[in-house]
Amino acid sequence: MTARILLSCALVMMLAHLSAAQPELRFPAKVEAGTAFSVPTSSSGAATLYIVGPGDALERKVQPGEEISFGTDDLHNAGHYLAVLTSGSSSQVAQFDVIASHQPASLSFLAKPSRLPVNRENGISGVAYIFDIFGNLVMKPEDVAFQLAEATGGAQSRNAISHDGVAFVQMNSATKAGAAQFQAKLDSVHATRVVEQVPGDPCSIRMTAHPGAGQRVVLQTDPVRDCNGNPVPDGTIVSFTETYEGRVSTVDVPLKRGVAQTELPAENGALISAAAGVVLGNEIRWSGR
Amino acid sequence: MSADFLNTDPRNNDPRNNDPRDQDPRDVYSENADPGNAGRKYKGVVFGLILLVATLALVAVGTLWPNQEDSGVAEPNAKFIISASSPQDAVNNVLQQIARREWDSAYELLGNKSEFSETEFKSDLMGEYGSLRSYAMLNQFDLQPLHATADQAVVRAHLLWSSVVGTFEDSRDLRVVKNGRRWEVNWPIVKEVRVPPQVIPVNYLRWDVIYRGPEDDWGAQDVEAPHVRIVAMHPVDRAGEVILMGELLNEDVVPAFVTVKAALLDHNGAALGTEDAFDKISHVLLPKQVTPFRIDFHNVRMSQVDSVRMQPSSNLVPASADPVIGIESQKLNPLPDASLTGQLVNQSGQVVNVAHVIATFYDGGGQIVWVADQYPSRALLPGTPVPFQISLPADISNKAKTFRVVSTTYISSRIQ
Repeated sequence: MTARILLSCALVMMLAHLSAAQPELRFPAKVEAGTAFSVPTSSSGAATLYIVGPGDALERKVQPGEEISFGTDDLHNAGHYLAVLTSGSSSQVAQFDVIASHQPASLSFLAKPSRLPVNRENGISGVAYIFDIFGNLVMKPEDVAFQLAEATGGAQSRNAISHDGVAFVQMNSATKAGAAQFQAKLDSVHATRVVEQVPGDPCSIRMTAHPGAGQRVVLQTDPVRDCNGNPVPDGTIVSFTETYEGRVSTVDVPLKRGVAQTELPAENGALISAAAGVVLGNEIRWSGR
Repeated sequence: MSADFLNTDPRNNDPRNNDPRDQDPRDVYSENADPGNAGRKYKGVVFGLILLVATLALVAVGTLWPNQEDSGVAEPNAKFIISASSPQDAVNNVLQQIARREWDSAYELLGNKSEFSETEFKSDLMGEYGSLRSYAMLNQFDLQPLHATADQAVVRAHLLWSSVVGTFEDSRDLRVVKNGRRWEVNWPIVKEVRVPPQVIPVNYLRWDVIYRGPEDDWGAQDVEAPHVRIVAMHPVDRAGEVILMGELLNEDVVPAFVTVKAALLDHNGAALGTEDAFDKISHVLLPKQVTPFRIDFHNVRMSQVDSVRMQPSSNLVPASADPVIGIESQKLNPLPDASLTGQLVNQSGQVVNVAHVIATFYDGGGQIVWVADQYPSRALLPGTPVPFQISLPADISNKAKTFRVVSTTYISSRIQ
């Protein structure tokens, strides 16, 4: 690698000395990556051709009057190239571009976030990078189709034209929780990501109380749901608080099968409340029944 | 040597008897041959005798009336046990043995050995189930005589234990009884509660995480870090240092390991100090759970601070929704011993080795005025209340109107 860099530097310095009056190699201005082509030469004696580009450096021996042929595997990294044909004390110089193949071969698809609450407008972003078979970014505009298929069967679709090899869309999260398949598609090439759409904050918490064993009161919530009707995931903490004559008892209980249940000391006249995060539920004044 | 110091016959000491003609010719080189030299010798012996008598007298005084100072430093290397001739001596002896973890020696010094076994005595002091006591050392103790008669006394012992999370105090009122000429301590045993053998079904949720692997495409998404939010923050200037207090909410549906880092900035935007909430925070937050946090900046004054930069961070971690800990009978106690007391009740089936209680105190307007914590020294057994007490500074106790308490648990089987 270091040798290539040194060779590139040496060739660039050589170029600086070459006069514009010297005959030029007739390379095509643009060459598609992975295509075969040939270049005629006009040297009178044996010569050497050097080609330097991004990630590539080639050396070819050229016989007088011979065409220089390049195969499909010779030049495949897109970018600006420099060719120098040296024969004795004379040199010929050419510059040309290798462009990405016109056929997209793969998509790198970034979908963010991988998890978000339901019903968020433009909450999901998808960015697709279009590459050819050699891993070159396909710079010409392409029409990329994005589709967000929800777990319930519904789908959102949007198309985006790529600019400089990148296509970008924003999607809304669905109102129903579940794992959505987020797909970017261009011709026969596609990439899929999973976006987990999770319930939002509890919309309301309703709690009931009934006497338990041994001077305890059993507290239980109704199934806790968000404002779109999705059941709040198990493990979500519901905080129960009982206040009685200046004493406070609290317990943080995770939802289990959609409900939270616990026991606190049964004190007649105690005020009992429930909350989850910043959402407050109902209050109960315990009267022993 | 002819000088006979045991000769008490006055005639032998009569100067008139010092007739040179009575002198034995063989004593020509004896001290008596030089009256001045013999006098010096006599004075030296008397001085030696005085020193001997004084030393013996001091030893006797020290033994009969030993130092009765009412505090002590537990000295693991101390070997000497003075005779328990006073209630304080007796208590001191027992506590010194406890400090050295010489359980059998301490137990032997007790007067009520018949009431409990040495194992129960050891469990009382060291705890069981890998609690904080199991790894604590008695570092210091203070003795306070409460009551004394000729044959019994009550001494309050304030025990200061050192542990990996700081010190904790234990106070015992020890009844000391005179047994013959010796005082003996009746240890107020606190027997560890035993949970009867049983099966407690537990089916709480557990989260496991599969992270992105090195072989995945760079575009493949990783699991999203939990979304957390600071819902309250209040800086205070206290004793010449800045203290940041606040609350952090896990607003996601997955558990989070959270930390809060803060930087104090001066008028030029330069950092005056950067700290994080090390142990004044509950690091693992379940969905919709809120933790208080407190960050202390030593050596920074509020007058220097222009702005504060807060950096809450979260990581998705495997976690379990159990155990559930009830925090019951929480009560704010007024001055002079301002504190928040309550008791922890383990509502799950697994033994909690070490619990951590963090309390947030609010003023009448709902503003956070203090965050404090405590590690109860005993393990939490299923359904067994364990008391806790969080001390409050006097000035804070006047402001604190409401409070909120959370607990964190450490279970040794989950620490790999």
